[in-house]
Amino acid sequence: MSSPKRKLQYSLAINEAFHQMMDKDKSVLIMGQGLKSPWYVGSTCRGLIEKFSEERVIDTPVSENAMTGAAIGAAIAGMRPVIVHPRIDFMIYALDSIINEAANWHYMFGGKSSVPIVIWGIINRGFEQAAQHSQALHALFAHIPGLKVVMPSTPYDAKGLMVAALKDQNPVIYIDDRWLYTEEGYVPRKVYSLPIGKGIIRKKGRDITIVGISYMAREAVKAGDTLEKEGIKAEVIDPRTIKPLDINLIIKSVKKTGRILVVDGGWRTGGIGGEILAEVSEKAFPYLKNPPKRLALPDTPAPMSRTLEKAYYIRAKDITLAVKEQLGK
Amino acid sequence: MYKTMIRIRFCEESLVEPIIKGEIRCPTHLYTGQEAIATGVCAALKKRDLVFGTHRSHGHYLAKGGDMRELIAEIYGKKTGCSRGRGGSMHLISKDKGFLGSVPLVGGTIALAVGAALASKMKKERRVCVSFFGDGATGEGILYESLNFAALKKLPLLFVCENNFYSTHLPLREIRPKDNISEIARPFGIPSLKLDGNNVLQVFKAAKKGVSFCREGKGPFFLECRTYRLRGHVGPDDNIQGAHTDIRPKEEIEKWRKKDPIKKFENFLLKNKILRKSDIKRIQEEAEKEVREAHLFAKRSPYPKAKDLTKYVFT
Ligand SMILES: Cc1ncc(C[n+]2csc(CCOP(=O)(O)OP(=O)(O)O)c2C)c(N)n1
Ligand SMILES: [Mg+2]
Repeated sequence: MSSPKRKLQYSLAINEAFHQMMDKDKSVLIMGQGLKSPWYVGSTCRGLIEKFSEERVIDTPVSENAMTGAAIGAAIAGMRPVIVHPRIDFMIYALDSIINEAANWHYMFGGKSSVPIVIWGIINRGFEQAAQHSQALHALFAHIPGLKVVMPSTPYDAKGLMVAALKDQNPVIYIDDRWLYTEEGYVPRKVYSLPIGKGIIRKKGRDITIVGISYMAREAVKAGDTLEKEGIKAEVIDPRTIKPLDINLIIKSVKKTGRILVVDGGWRTGGIGGEILAEVSEKAFPYLKNPPKRLALPDTPAPMSRTLEKAYYIRAKDITLAVKEQLGK
Repeated sequence: MYKTMIRIRFCEESLVEPIIKGEIRCPTHLYTGQEAIATGVCAALKKRDLVFGTHRSHGHYLAKGGDMRELIAEIYGKKTGCSRGRGGSMHLISKDKGFLGSVPLVGGTIALAVGAALASKMKKERRVCVSFFGDGATGEGILYESLNFAALKKLPLLFVCENNFYSTHLPLREIRPKDNISEIARPFGIPSLKLDGNNVLQVFKAAKKGVSFCREGKGPFFLECRTYRLRGHVGPDDNIQGAHTDIRPKEEIEKWRKKDPIKKFENFLLKNKILRKSDIKRIQEEAEKEVREAHLFAKRSPYPKAKDLTKYVFT
């Protein structure tokens, strides 16, 4: 069919996933802080209360730990809850129920009970919001056995991975970046899900493999476009899921390019970049033409002042420079 | 106390324009309308007493003696700010004045205040510690854990809940089954008072009572101060482009405007001939000047240098 592909905003792609899945499955419910307020969740929850009532769309008191625990409990008892933390910083209050309970539950009861829940945390950084309102904590969750961690970077993935998360029998940590909310892209109208744990090549190339996590995938593509004009062909990979990681896709690419740069919006030490490079070193060492590299945030809390913020966050320009340096250009 | 209230109000209102113009970018939660609480409570404290705040703490900081120039410079993100441009409006500190820190995570400092009270008790310093928090924080479990431990160990801690009836976009009735915050401390045996938080004398009297209770080693004390923010949750208002998108009914805002704590106190002072009109004028002029100079100081101050990004991660 040649009908034009429908475009949708990232945040509305998430919204569509909720509308469709809540329609299809009566056990889906959404709870968390700020569902009624665009200030918290943008347009992701638009129209849900009107359609599904406050019984299934619950704007909660400021009680992150108990609300997450309650959502986990509801999942254990047969519901399919989404619990949202409109800033992933607030989700730290709920680490106990996420890690001790949800992540371990299936294993510690010998597989007799599972926790089909989506724990959704939004990275909401920049704008001089400082240390407690800017953190990107995905590596923390990726470290925990029993949790899957997805990080969609396009509207298409945002919907497909939300649907997948809502169908998964395990706790899925769904992490998005508020900076992506206004991105537009093709989103099919039908219900579809993307496989959790599968990455995608965003741009083909042979000179270097750039792995970009979440928003950094977008910046990496931009950098790739710039580099192309200068004759450098970068292959850009977006893992889309960071646990389980689609390492084979990355390895395959590295075997072709012989170089790798991982770009991640989390902190350097103990970050996902280090993890990917370790896997690459173990599995593709002989193919590497020069040392693998990562770009990540410095091991520093998020600053407030605009001059410091500018130096803190990674942009396409930084990626371009890093690639050139790695290629000795 | 009138002077403190005016200084806070003028400081807060002076931020409105720079926020609208985009000169101030960090999330800024104005204290306008709640001045009587910070003022009344801090007036009952000694300099060596300790205070922890929240995301809405400009008033607490100033009332405890924090420097206005450093406050405004911090909000602009300048190197001369009280947190050297690393924290912004939501991270204030004035250590030598006993203001130990404010943070935006709801409930984030309550347990820290318990710890500071514990330290005061262990060191036999007889310092009283104050924990300011909002009605929204009554949803956090850490508050109840803190009440329990503070009561158990008879810590010199004054819990001050500023109930402005809203937790961002949610009215109190949507986050609590009952309007009964003053009762939450009672099961722990902590004495508690429910106050008109827009009446600075009432707040002061209650705080004095609470502070002496703490100072005498009898344990923690709890105040619920009922008040209203006259500005937006964050920034000047919650309205978008002229439309009334503030979830709060206009009539409700108007009703509270009539209960403006500063007007209330001003009338009292004039009626009882404690201050004359000319005194009020003088106090206001002084505050205006202080605010103006603070902005000038802030604007003239440099931003932190990019090369100092990683400074202060460790001592
Ligand atoms: C742990 C945590 N959860 C959620 C938020 C988002 N948030 C910011 S202010 C606020 C409401 C606070 O309400 P209240 O305590 O009554 O203070 P007020 O803003 O009314 O002064 C919330 C929920 C936060 N900052 N921290
Ligand atoms: Mg409140």
